[in-house]
Amino acid sequence: MNLGPLWLSVKLAAITTLILLIVGTAIAWWLANTRSRAKPVVQSLVALPIVLPPTVMGFYLLVLLGPYGAIGSWWVELTGSALTFSFLGLVIASCFYSLPFAVQPLQSAFESLGRKELEAARTLGAAPIDAFFSIVVPLSAPGFLTAIVLSFAHTLGEFGVVLMVGGNIPGETRLISIAIYDHVESMNYAAAHALSLTLLGFAFSILLAMYWLNRRWSRHD
Amino acid sequence: MTRSATKNSTLSIRYQLKRAAFELDVDLDLSMQGVTGLFGPSGAGKTTLLRCMAGLEKSDMGRLVVDGTVWEDSSSGMYVASHKRQIAYVFQEARLFPHLNVSRNLEYGQRRSNNDDHKLDFDRVVDLLELQDLLDRMPATLSGGEAQRVAIGRALLRSPKMILMDEPLAALDDARKEEVLSYIERLHAELQTPIIYVSHNIDEICRVCDQLFVLEEGRISAQGELQSVLLQTELPILAGKEAGSVLIGKIRDYDETFDLTRIELSAAQLWVPGQFGKSSSEIRLRVRANDVSLCLERPLKTSILNIIEVKVMRVQDETTGSVLVHFCSGTDVFLSRITRRSCTELALKSGMKIFAQLKSVAVKNPLS
Repeated sequence: MNLGPLWLSVKLAAITTLILLIVGTAIAWWLANTRSRAKPVVQSLVALPIVLPPTVMGFYLLVLLGPYGAIGSWWVELTGSALTFSFLGLVIASCFYSLPFAVQPLQSAFESLGRKELEAARTLGAAPIDAFFSIVVPLSAPGFLTAIVLSFAHTLGEFGVVLMVGGNIPGETRLISIAIYDHVESMNYAAAHALSLTLLGFAFSILLAMYWLNRRWSRHD
Repeated sequence: MTRSATKNSTLSIRYQLKRAAFELDVDLDLSMQGVTGLFGPSGAGKTTLLRCMAGLEKSDMGRLVVDGTVWEDSSSGMYVASHKRQIAYVFQEARLFPHLNVSRNLEYGQRRSNNDDHKLDFDRVVDLLELQDLLDRMPATLSGGEAQRVAIGRALLRSPKMILMDEPLAALDDARKEEVLSYIERLHAELQTPIIYVSHNIDEICRVCDQLFVLEEGRISAQGELQSVLLQTELPILAGKEAGSVLIGKIRDYDETFDLTRIELSAAQLWVPGQFGKSSSEIRLRVRANDVSLCLERPLKTSILNIIEVKVMRVQDETTGSVLVHFCSGTDVFLSRITRRSCTELALKSGMKIFAQLKSVAVKNPLS
């Protein structure tokens, strides 16, 4: 069995999760604390990937990142190579596609935490960043775990968006979901089975681990 | 009224803030010693004022100067963030950090305090608040009173220039209130840190405060020494059924047979049930206006233990068919609430010598 597509998918999911952990935390914190009128607009934008068919997202990302798109043309000018049909393009597309899966659990964790403990920490001499890492992060641990697992798993399983933006270049953009589709197209069911089962087992294990850990944490309090 | 060698801090507070149905407009200069009470009805703006001082809330216009250090001055755009203000805050709910045990909760502020000149020792605070047995516990396993004690200890270990206490007893039942209150009294007697104590309960105020500010509808309506402010009964909030005065006396002797302690005031002596502290130490008493009746002649054969000769100072009419009589014995001032009819029948006038029967004298703050 050629595990290349699996490793590529895991690498993409890991990098995407890492980026989303930073960007998603910032967006979720802003959403949980803002009184701005822009909040519903931002919230809707973040949630779009849940509602839209991946092909629609993929299409617009292709247009945006393509050599003639707003971002893509600028990138070509800067580096000489295109964003579409590259691993970097996949990372950017995945970050948009999996954003709600990082933002939403974090936002609800921050909202249910409230400001009480945070205010206590501030009056005890903790600067905002210090208070965030010493109080907010440990108290929102289940939210972070959910965000990590969901963005990782969701990125691992994406198909429509990556097909539109990345295509099917072995070692560069040939992810596991695309490899499976290929195998089915060429009637190679055995290979499709092997990859599918691997993915199924993997997805089930991390979800199980997450729910199990969450249960332990909620009992802890 | 200073009972310990408390260093005075000077404090200047100006805040203006407008919200939908509320306006705060406070302009105060005070020399803080011991515990300063901030008393007022719910919704008067007490919490908002405290939150502004702690840097947790922004006002429209604000200036806060503590011992010459400017922490906020909106006219020059100066605003020191709350974590740099060296003001500790004790909230209504303990707000302990649920993922840290008691010991690490206590250390949280201590580790982050850079204030070397009067750092409080960890063991001293643990000792003072009797937290030894709680150190390894998690906050979720503490009772309300224990949690609030830890919160107070945590605030102290921040080595603040001042502690703001926002109704620290409000979330506790009566027994727990009593427990925490006695610890606050202990801090007051033994520590230098000035405290601003917010409450809408006059009884708590009478126990722990030396000075008193009354806040009504966002404005300070009375300020000064606790004893004199309590006598400003023209303010409806101080003339309720809890109206009364606070007296400072000296403990004299204890009568074992009847379990009574004799307390000496400036020109009279009172007997109170129970035994309190060492002889000649100061004791704080509270006598409610509703517990005092007046006679023109000294009543003989009565069950009332404390009858003192007094001089009427003034008679204040109330809207409810009653009057509040202010009278004194030496330098001690008392209040009595009687019906307007009794007042007419006794023909009370200022300067008259009469007798007061004190049905009940409550001991507040027995300091030993």
